[in-house]
Amino acid sequence: MSTPVLELSGISKRFGAVQALDQVDLRVAPGEVVALLGDNGAGKSTLVKVIAGVNPADSGDILWEGKPVSIGRPGDAQRLGIATIYQDLALCDNLDIVANLFLGVEKSAAGILNEVEMERRALKLLDSLSVKMPSLRVPVASLSGGQRQIIAIARSLLGEPKVVMLDEPTAALGVAQTAQVLDLIERLRDRGLGVILISHNMADVRAVADRAVVLRLGRNAGDFPVEDTSYEEIVAAITGAADNPVSRRSGRASVGRTEEA
Amino acid sequence: MAQQTPITGKAGASGGKSGIGVEPDPRLLVTQTSPPGLAAAALRRIRGGELGPLPVIVGLIVICVVFQLMHERFLSPQNLSNLTVQVAAVGLMTTGVIMVLLLGEIDLSIGSVAGASASVLAVLAVRMGVSEWLAILAAIGTGLAIGILHGTVFAKIGVPAFVVTLAGLLGWQGVQLQLLGSDGTINISDSGAIAALTQTFFVPAFGWGIAVVVVATFLVFTLLGERRRAAAGLPAKPPVEIAVRTLALAVPVFGAVFVLNQFKGVPLAFLIFVGFVVAFDLILRKTRYGRMVFAVGGGAEAARRAGINVDAVRISVFALASMLSAMGGIILVSRSFSASLDTAAGEELMMAIAAAVIGGTSLFGGRGNAYSALLGGLVLGAITSGLYLLQMGTPVRFMITALVLLVAVTLDAVSRRTRRTHARGG
Repeated sequence: MSTPVLELSGISKRFGAVQALDQVDLRVAPGEVVALLGDNGAGKSTLVKVIAGVNPADSGDILWEGKPVSIGRPGDAQRLGIATIYQDLALCDNLDIVANLFLGVEKSAAGILNEVEMERRALKLLDSLSVKMPSLRVPVASLSGGQRQIIAIARSLLGEPKVVMLDEPTAALGVAQTAQVLDLIERLRDRGLGVILISHNMADVRAVADRAVVLRLGRNAGDFPVEDTSYEEIVAAITGAADNPVSRRSGRASVGRTEEA
Repeated sequence: MAQQTPITGKAGASGGKSGIGVEPDPRLLVTQTSPPGLAAAALRRIRGGELGPLPVIVGLIVICVVFQLMHERFLSPQNLSNLTVQVAAVGLMTTGVIMVLLLGEIDLSIGSVAGASASVLAVLAVRMGVSEWLAILAAIGTGLAIGILHGTVFAKIGVPAFVVTLAGLLGWQGVQLQLLGSDGTINISDSGAIAALTQTFFVPAFGWGIAVVVVATFLVFTLLGERRRAAAGLPAKPPVEIAVRTLALAVPVFGAVFVLNQFKGVPLAFLIFVGFVVAFDLILRKTRYGRMVFAVGGGAEAARRAGINVDAVRISVFALASMLSAMGGIILVSRSFSASLDTAAGEELMMAIAAAVIGGTSLFGGRGNAYSALLGGLVLGAITSGLYLLQMGTPVRFMITALVLLVAVTLDAVSRRTRRTHARGG
């Protein structure tokens, strides 16, 4: 496998009495979709915030293309080339697609907007993603949930990132819309981007992810190649099915017997 | 009209007319470029709740017809000329209110700010003998400073705009009373720069010149813009539509100049007002700053995450609103030749907000345009002027204005709902 574009090792983060992340490792290679899985409170969101620079880690190392970096603020992550698409898509409903795509990075000369250039580039970008919209000049409020998600993802690509993090991109989407977003994720992979996909939906993960990294109670609970891992194994890692009184007892019992022997 | 558009597996090679270089979705309505096609598209938009300026223009025409039938002098050049000067002061204040409404906020202090600035103007120009031009600049500066103060308290400290400007409503009126002192009225010279603002009328040739320049500029820029779009391979407006739009601009512009020239000519005050409306329309639609204002109004959090300095946008908008209020106050002083305790202390605030809403700017933020100030101002001005001719007093005027305001807000709310059901967005 090629050098990981992003590699985290030994990441820890504590909020007061809560150890949200404890020695977590994660790596993403170019052209790889890594699913980040875990139950509620497993630390997925905290890890995303560490990578995005919203909540820097207390300890641990981050390597970017093999070189150690520190991500202390959201701007640091953006400069490196990490784009984060949060669940609430942060689109302005009253603005049209072009305006939303270029929000904050408008093409302008002396403060005057260059609408033609923006619309042309928006067209090219959406074309390259094979995305079809009824019109680029409709307010995004009129778009379906899937289309809005696609616009949010497309917007993050304007900054030419190398890693894209998607937080629950298919939550609250219908069947066809989910398929649209999954198609788009595959296209990101084909472009050589590293994708970190946070999802609760095992079907989505199995459809697009290459690896599944499972967090449980703030720790790594498994790193599976999705193709050769069964659904049950991943779910067991997420829920900690192997971590219950019965299995613990049987574990202790077997240890006890070996000691007696 | 949101179609669920599936992503095609492979990008279609045909650069279709759909705007995106893939096959047009067969379910999408394709706007024909022929005149009937354009008319059908317009009708579809109206049914979908995108009323644009249509209701207020229809309303204005109805009001004019009704008053003309009741009083033959209503549409006389003299009355219309007076009307245009009357709407200028509140109109400038309305332009400021529109900026604040676009943010989804409200400014209740504009009347008091206009009054306070007006008293600063009079005190400087009359009591202290400062040159009138300097006094005008100082009054505008007063408005600007007040707006920056309001905006900062709102944006940086987080006090709701409603409360900040309610305090402003009281406080700046207090300043106005304090400055004017026991006399309560300061009369200004009727031949100075201040008076000239509303006493100046341009010779007919000048008025025609402005009309020609405005329409020609619009046509040239539209043609150039559409040519650039076509050159970049983007859908451009067909010539028929450009012709219709130019005509829709030329008729009222030349009509207004024609009527105003029948009396004294185009009044400077009205020109100032319309000039600011056009300037703010261009700022809102064509500049990064305008885009930021709409973005903050549509979703402050989204704007913040996109790297927009939300606080700076908010402070600047409140500053502009108060500055325009100060200008409105100056025009009020100019018209009455005096700054008094009554200057902008009465209905001006309510009328300015009402005009903005009647003109079509949404109270819900993020939707609207600067032309609302002109259209809404003309509607309220026409009602005032017509009732005055019919010798009906303030009570009737208030009741009728209230009714018009209610109709306008109802239209806003209903069209908002229609837009939702037609998936055109709130």
